[in-house]
Amino acid sequence: MKLKTALLATALGGVAFGATAAEVTVMSWGGAYTKSQVEAYHKPFTAETGIAVNSVDSDNPATPIKAQVEAGNVTVDVADVEFSDAVRLCDEGLLEEIDQSMLPAAPDGTPASEDFIEGALQDCAVANIVWSTVFAYNKDNNPTAPDSIDDFFNTADFPGKRGLRKSAKATLEMALMGDGVPADEVYDLLETDEGVDRAFAKLDTIKDDIVWWEAGAQPPQLLADGEVVMSTAYNGRIFNAAIAENQPLEVVWDGQILDFDLFVVPKGAPNKEAAMQFISFSTDTQRLADQASWISYGPARKSSGAMVGKYSDGKTDMAPHMPTAEANLSNALVNNFEFWVDRDAELNERFNAWLAQ
Amino acid sequence: MATLTDDSAFGADDRLTTADGKPLKAALARAEARAKRRAFFLVLPLFLFVLITFIVPIGQMLHRSVHNSGFTLHTDIGSKVQTPIMVNLRDWFDNNPRGTEPDEAAFEALAADLVVLREVKAAGQAGTRINYELSGTRSMFTKAARKAPKLEAPFAAAILDLDEDWADPELWAAMRDASSAYTMNFYLAAVDLTRDTDGFVAQVDEKRRLYKQLFVRTLLLSLLITGLTFVLAYPIAHMLATLPLRYSNLLMILVLLPFWTSLLVRTTSWMVLLQSQGVVNDALVGTGVLADDSRIQMMYNQTGTIIAMTHILLPFMVLPLYSVMRTINPSYVRAAKSLGATSWTAFRRIYFPLTVPGIGAGALLVFILAVGYYITPALVGGADGQLISNLIAFHMQKSLNWSLAAALAGLLLGGILILYWLYDRLIGIDNLKLG
Repeated sequence: MKLKTALLATALGGVAFGATAAEVTVMSWGGAYTKSQVEAYHKPFTAETGIAVNSVDSDNPATPIKAQVEAGNVTVDVADVEFSDAVRLCDEGLLEEIDQSMLPAAPDGTPASEDFIEGALQDCAVANIVWSTVFAYNKDNNPTAPDSIDDFFNTADFPGKRGLRKSAKATLEMALMGDGVPADEVYDLLETDEGVDRAFAKLDTIKDDIVWWEAGAQPPQLLADGEVVMSTAYNGRIFNAAIAENQPLEVVWDGQILDFDLFVVPKGAPNKEAAMQFISFSTDTQRLADQASWISYGPARKSSGAMVGKYSDGKTDMAPHMPTAEANLSNALVNNFEFWVDRDAELNERFNAWLAQ
Repeated sequence: MATLTDDSAFGADDRLTTADGKPLKAALARAEARAKRRAFFLVLPLFLFVLITFIVPIGQMLHRSVHNSGFTLHTDIGSKVQTPIMVNLRDWFDNNPRGTEPDEAAFEALAADLVVLREVKAAGQAGTRINYELSGTRSMFTKAARKAPKLEAPFAAAILDLDEDWADPELWAAMRDASSAYTMNFYLAAVDLTRDTDGFVAQVDEKRRLYKQLFVRTLLLSLLITGLTFVLAYPIAHMLATLPLRYSNLLMILVLLPFWTSLLVRTTSWMVLLQSQGVVNDALVGTGVLADDSRIQMMYNQTGTIIAMTHILLPFMVLPLYSVMRTINPSYVRAAKSLGATSWTAFRRIYFPLTVPGIGAGALLVFILAVGYYITPALVGGADGQLISNLIAFHMQKSLNWSLAAALAGLLLGGILILYWLYDRLIGIDNLKLG
């Protein structure tokens, strides 16, 4: 009897402990990017609040959280998603609204609503970084260095396989830019059937040379292995492979596509309070600046910009590696979230049909 | 308990009764019923398990393929409160036949519904449903719902002022189709068909045709893989069945070892071997068979899918064949030969027909597994090695168009049932021997 009581007490205690132990589950994109968040956000957050942070990864967190909310089985508290996905999920009522007044002001007192760059604060989402899709190449495998987006599609002068993300987003825009369309006309053209046809026609010219990737960690690997000579990639991943792992990789900024990553809280998140606390903590000026010392993504707060210094090795200047650096913006496209909210399904369907042909 | 007494057995009314005077027939039936009940309770857990984990989910999935309430009902995720949406528009559709030009009353109904969409935050959901039928319409709903409270009569002008695409007859046809939750449109979409503005079924634009081609490819590749596993497995199984047991057991382990190895490990091993910088290509280049710039592309295409799937599914062919061949008495073949048959005739007329049950079982297993195979083509298939299951996964996980995924899966299920029926008619399912 005594034993039974003791066992029961332990079991109950365990349950109670499980319920009260503060924790928050954060879903991100894996690899060097998740590492930068663990270093800049998770560790200091746990140190300050005592709330443990579980880090889980996905190739694109927007899809599992939508599936989780629709199935009524939410295990993630905070997810890191792209701009168009944040807006779409919010429209569909799948996200908790985020009270922007809880976000801390900048050190000089500028309120958060003015400190974040335009578009970074949404009803259901708070941006943490500005990142970009660029193409990169392996210096060892390219006798002449490609320097424009045209070169990516020029297999005559730059022979070899190309890595591309297996998704319509960014791929179609790059195809048009590679076909000579100026960045500011890309989305107007993609709205039309002719524009979409033109993008696919451009992709047709290199279709046999494409290796498709899905996870952000793949392109640096494909480039380093020599499986491809050039690949589209998230700029921070290439930076980390080049600087931290000394791979002979180089980013080409021409034709880059800028986008936000934003924190969202799925509806029905098990630890909503802690999730909000985490977001408020992680997107303050210091934390965003800290993250930039782990990976070359631009902070979403203006006040963080000045605090960005050197990479965590202590000698590499981060500024020239940022997608928002002046020199890198000469031919840059800002991702049009409204376009993708609307056309994601249609263009991906067409993209799949094209892939299968 | 139903013991017979002498006198009751030969009673005056000639009826058999038990010791307590009840009719034997009834007593027997009762006893049997009790035994049956007991047996039923024994299988009940399994029955419930199959019902809950197999039949109900499949039923739900099939239901989802013909039912999508995206444009008819909104369920709040937090409070589970259900609100019917687009009710005014549905009334208008009910009172006006297909093809009616939307009038002021229609736009008034639309405006009223948009207000509801805004209140319950269902604009995204309703727009997504219409976007399945007609791309590019999703944001029209979200934008219009945002401005819905400010809309004033005349509504037609006010709504067209927001976006003139609201007059598009295709949009109105799509809304009419979606205003009933039950629809066959997802099955149409799953075979590259669509409805035109008049409600007639038509082919989708050539550039978007995808699924029919993938169904055919899945069928052909599965048949090819079944054939390859048969060609590879038959001699192995024969050797295993005819060798002395101590050797055959050792060789059997070689067949089973990969069978016990994780699927992912086997698939990624093939990637290491076959990729263009992989072991096989390196060896060919190293020995001078190939030039460095003409490495063979064996991975991330159909070839990769065929090679890896044939290897992975091979044990499913070897094992049924082996178990059947093991039981074939060698004296049959010897008898045939002693009666003057050549080796080939003895094999063709005697041995091979005896192995047919094993071939049938193995082929059916491999084929059905191959038709629904997902992970291997996803990893090694590249673009042209994808099968229909990869598209089902795409719609389940990425586009989240679960109704279309369910319709594709429903067609796959139906196709397999037809093939199973054909097999039963041609070869006979009781001829099957799995082990």
